[in-house]
Amino acid sequence: MRLEVSGIFKTYDGKVPALTDVSFSLEENGIFSLIGENGAGKTTLVRILSTQLLPTSGTATIDDVDVVSRPKEIRERIAAVPQEARAVPWMTPIQTITSYLMYRGYNHAEAMEMASDTIRKLGMEEFEHQKNRKLSGGQKRKVLVATVLASEADIIFLDEPSTGLDYISRKDLWNLFSSIKDRKSIILTTHYLEEAEALASRIGILNKGHLVGFGTMEDLRNLSKYPYSIRVSSPDFELEGDSWKVVHLAEGGTQIFTYEDQVYSLVSILISRGLRFTVQEISLNTIFENIIYGGTRNDKTSQ
Amino acid sequence: MIRHRSSQLYASVLVNSLYAMVNYPVTLVNTLLAPLSILAVVTFASHGTLLPVAAEGALIMNMVGSGTAMQGDLSHLKNDMRLQDMVVSSPTGPGIYVAGMAISQIVYSLPTLVLLAIFNILFVHLTAIGALILAADMATIFTFAVSLGFFLSTLSTDIVQSWAFAGILSPLLTTIPPIYYPISYIPLPYRYLAYISPTTYAAQIAQSQAGFAALSVLQTAVYWLILIIITLIFTFIAVKRSRWRDV
Repeated sequence: MRLEVSGIFKTYDGKVPALTDVSFSLEENGIFSLIGENGAGKTTLVRILSTQLLPTSGTATIDDVDVVSRPKEIRERIAAVPQEARAVPWMTPIQTITSYLMYRGYNHAEAMEMASDTIRKLGMEEFEHQKNRKLSGGQKRKVLVATVLASEADIIFLDEPSTGLDYISRKDLWNLFSSIKDRKSIILTTHYLEEAEALASRIGILNKGHLVGFGTMEDLRNLSKYPYSIRVSSPDFELEGDSWKVVHLAEGGTQIFTYEDQVYSLVSILISRGLRFTVQEISLNTIFENIIYGGTRNDKTSQ
Repeated sequence: MIRHRSSQLYASVLVNSLYAMVNYPVTLVNTLLAPLSILAVVTFASHGTLLPVAAEGALIMNMVGSGTAMQGDLSHLKNDMRLQDMVVSSPTGPGIYVAGMAISQIVYSLPTLVLLAIFNILFVHLTAIGALILAADMATIFTFAVSLGFFLSTLSTDIVQSWAFAGILSPLLTTIPPIYYPISYIPLPYRYLAYISPTTYAAQIAQSQAGFAALSVLQTAVYWLILIIITLIFTFIAVKRSRWRDV
């Protein structure tokens, strides 16, 4: 799958800007994750790409087919679960999946067989005949994800599929996405940055309708001044220098951001002072905070 | 893969009627209640004399009610379930989706239709041609109601708005117009107001087939023409102005 997004603008009611000049391209299958605060434009972008919403201007193509002017061709290949989608309460999981597959044009027998197969693969047998309204939040979400995963669509749009789920349910979904990412392209929005970091081969960061970061984790780390982080347990650690930034964390402890070539000397200093510490590449959380808030939110910085 | 249009139609029937009926049989009572309750009231109030007119009128009301009820169902599935967005991002187009939903309304009201058909066989004496004309009349007014329902559903943003639409449409299209009773029962200055509603024309055509209203050939032709033109206008509006893809 090759996705090209070029200069997408979206303004609601002619005045509220939701997306401003968003451009990027993807050239391979896998998981692409869009992250951003509430109202950053994630859902708007996903709705445009999944042909549910027209952009104000700009173009987007999937394998050279324009999503704006040729939606019918795009719809043959895509499937989407919207952010606020709910499994119809009076239906059961098997009925939900079967009817969705029939909307995609499978006959009833084929749809039933595919639905049963998907339910078996996803370990949903124990509740396949219960009414959706009786299922837990995680199970309901799984039913919706199962509908699109059961289909032949090779491009799947999932708008915040794991929001509100407990950790175990989220991990179940992650395993599910990982198991199909070689065969299908998944475009996923999420508020859980660790989810994007764990699953996505490419990540886009939206802020107030602008795409402010895009690429692999490596690319995003390179956007940050300091790609390495040393977490020190001591809350009052201080160290003067120009090659690092010391941040005293609100939740306790100290974080030192630095360059790769400074890590060794800093570690030596910490060992010599008998302090406990961990070294790692900066996480998506840190990158996100650096890009969106300039890395200063809730923390006191000394340098 | 080969995509079956019939499956796409059947999907809506499953979602919107068959699964609901199987999983919640109480919904069948719901569909029976509205036309039968007015039929009963009119019959009792007229000491039985209007039973045949009301039985025929209940068929018209059932078709209009089914069509306009579709806007509530569509709105619910669109705004609360987001099912319509999932269908938009699939190979099913708006025409098939709406046609499927329309068929689902007929399926949903089948028990009522069967019961009303029995009433009509017992109390309304139609010729074979008259029965065919009544069927065409019902199909036309149903198409009008479905078009109106789909158009309104695409405009509604939540179910409360949709309930408001239903609350307005039901009395204006089915309770007040002379469907369950002859138009001559409405005093003259107000009688002309009845002609604002397309259901009046449908009811007049139906009543004339059973001999409850005296329409000339010219009047019948004009009523058909008006009914068809109104239906075509609303179908055109539904097709052209409804929002399948949001803007």
